[in-house]
Amino acid sequence: MGTLQNTTEQILELAAQHFKVPREKLAPDDDFFKKLGINSLQALDLLTRLEQHFQIELPDYELQGVSDFRTLAERIQSRL
Amino acid sequence: MLELRQYNSLGEALRAALERWPDEVCLIEADRDREKARLTYRQFKQAAMPLARALEDSGFQAGTRAAILMTNQSKWLISAYAIFFRGGVLVPLDYKLTPGEQLKLLAHSRAEFLIVEYHLWRALTQAEGFENLATRVILVTEAPAGADLPGAKRWEEFRGTGDPEFVPRSRKDAACIVYSSGTGGRPKGCVLTHENYLEQCVALTSLYPFWPGVRYLSILPTNHAIDFMVGFIGPFTCGAAVVHLRTLRPEYIREAFTKYKITYMSLVPMVLKNLEHGLRQRFDELPASRRRMLDGLIRINRAVTRQRPHLKVSRLLLPQVHNAFGGELRALFVGGAFTEPATLQFFYDLGVLVGNGYGCTEAGTAITLNDFKPFRADTVGKPLPGMEVKIVNPDAEGIGEVTVRSKTVMSHYLDDPEMTAETIADGWLLTGDLGRMDASGHLQLFGRKKNLIVTEEGKNIYPEDIETVFDGIAVKEYCVFAANYLWPARTMTGEQLVLVLHPEPGQSISDELKADISERNRRLLNYKRVSGYVSWDHDFPLTASMKIKRGELAEQIRQSLGRSAVVPL
Repeated sequence: MGTLQNTTEQILELAAQHFKVPREKLAPDDDFFKKLGINSLQALDLLTRLEQHFQIELPDYELQGVSDFRTLAERIQSRL
Repeated sequence: MLELRQYNSLGEALRAALERWPDEVCLIEADRDREKARLTYRQFKQAAMPLARALEDSGFQAGTRAAILMTNQSKWLISAYAIFFRGGVLVPLDYKLTPGEQLKLLAHSRAEFLIVEYHLWRALTQAEGFENLATRVILVTEAPAGADLPGAKRWEEFRGTGDPEFVPRSRKDAACIVYSSGTGGRPKGCVLTHENYLEQCVALTSLYPFWPGVRYLSILPTNHAIDFMVGFIGPFTCGAAVVHLRTLRPEYIREAFTKYKITYMSLVPMVLKNLEHGLRQRFDELPASRRRMLDGLIRINRAVTRQRPHLKVSRLLLPQVHNAFGGELRALFVGGAFTEPATLQFFYDLGVLVGNGYGCTEAGTAITLNDFKPFRADTVGKPLPGMEVKIVNPDAEGIGEVTVRSKTVMSHYLDDPEMTAETIADGWLLTGDLGRMDASGHLQLFGRKKNLIVTEEGKNIYPEDIETVFDGIAVKEYCVFAANYLWPARTMTGEQLVLVLHPEPGQSISDELKADISERNRRLLNYKRVSGYVSWDHDFPLTASMKIKRGELAEQIRQSLGRSAVVPL
């Protein structure tokens, strides 16, 4: 199990790849809806990608009320 | 289906349905690709009766209010039936609200019972104000073994023995209190009667019938007026089945269509557009020759279905498309927000019927629905049977406020006679939406009269509800408006919220202030955020009780500033 910082870094990397944005444009406290220009369905798509990467299962409700990468990383970290 | 006019309450109608189709499947619950439950009407009754008895033993009686706070799943419907069986009033709460908002609505509804899913319960217990929660009995579903539930009971263990007593209700009694907004300000608890629901069900099923064997895919929250009707009351009173999918992931929705041979499904424009996007992507990936063939078949289908749909022909012409939807799909229903005509036309050209409609919780769900006789992508269909729709104060183009009179219109707003009087005048519900009836009786919508936005996810956001998050920002006054209310636009898509800032004399909108606003904005759920601000140098007009005269302020801003004055956040 990596550190929270490490998990956050991996999420930023995967989000950048998945939505084709330069990695350096994303920061842990960014609002991913705004920064990636995505809606809640596309955010679920990202969740699926993260599940595959971290080999965990994340119920949809884990995304509820979450809009920044850091909090998302905390949710994932608690399941690693 | 049942002859619903002979029943007085939802409890009575549902009880009759459970007796009439004991061996038919009524409910399937799937979580991703795993089927978690499959119940016949007999098994559904067996699951609900001990709960109804335990409610009875806890003093649950006619008119007792019980809130449900759960995602779509079998225990939602089982609990709702037990509540109706005992003559209760159901308060379906939106599980997507923040725990603080849920607590406010629980307090406003004065629900004595709360049935809540474990993860939502945990969030509630950690929210500010939880200690003031006044519900008498709390039942938590799916709590892990060993979980500590102070002050609450496990739903699964809350079982009484012996037959519960059925509590009859009259058609005019309240069946549900449904909150259409008001999480941050003035709660709008729509009190809907048993008659409202029974009449709506008759109207909807006359256009889109259900019968044993029909399967409805439920992905919209069951607390949502559409899914409560089309994904519960409608199918259950016709012996049909509901398939609950506990995820909104597009890949599992696609899989559910084929796995469960879905007949109907309701969705919001955002999900429909996602399906459109997926199909277009697949079409674009076809080799050129196959793409030409597909385009040719679509043209033939378009010609064949010009006057009315021919589902069998469309399925023969475009089998891959229809097989991707399971091969049994009769219609998708889209509502909750405005759907772009191009998206509706895309599906119709493929022979996939999308029944776009229009309605609001206050009207008891749907007001109009497309009947495909013929299909019109530029309208929201014709009024449902039993609905009188009148356009009030039409302009030269016939556009005015849409008003509705029907047995489905809510009784009143809970504890708010003033707002009720502003909304229902002489029996007519004032929707606040602007529309026009065309010569063929179809309703076309052109924007809103009221200060409100509706997102593509079907969420109604009233600016007053989100203003409190900006309390304390360093300006003299502030106010939030729907941009289309400030600057009327004949559109119902891409709606945004704007923050109006009135700085102190000589004060500028500093970077520090902007950072504070952005930080507060982020505390709101993503779909509730303001998209920009305007600076306004005059005092806000106020009432004697120091409330902002919003209409007057909007008029003043409209006279002086245009949309270009909005600074994006």
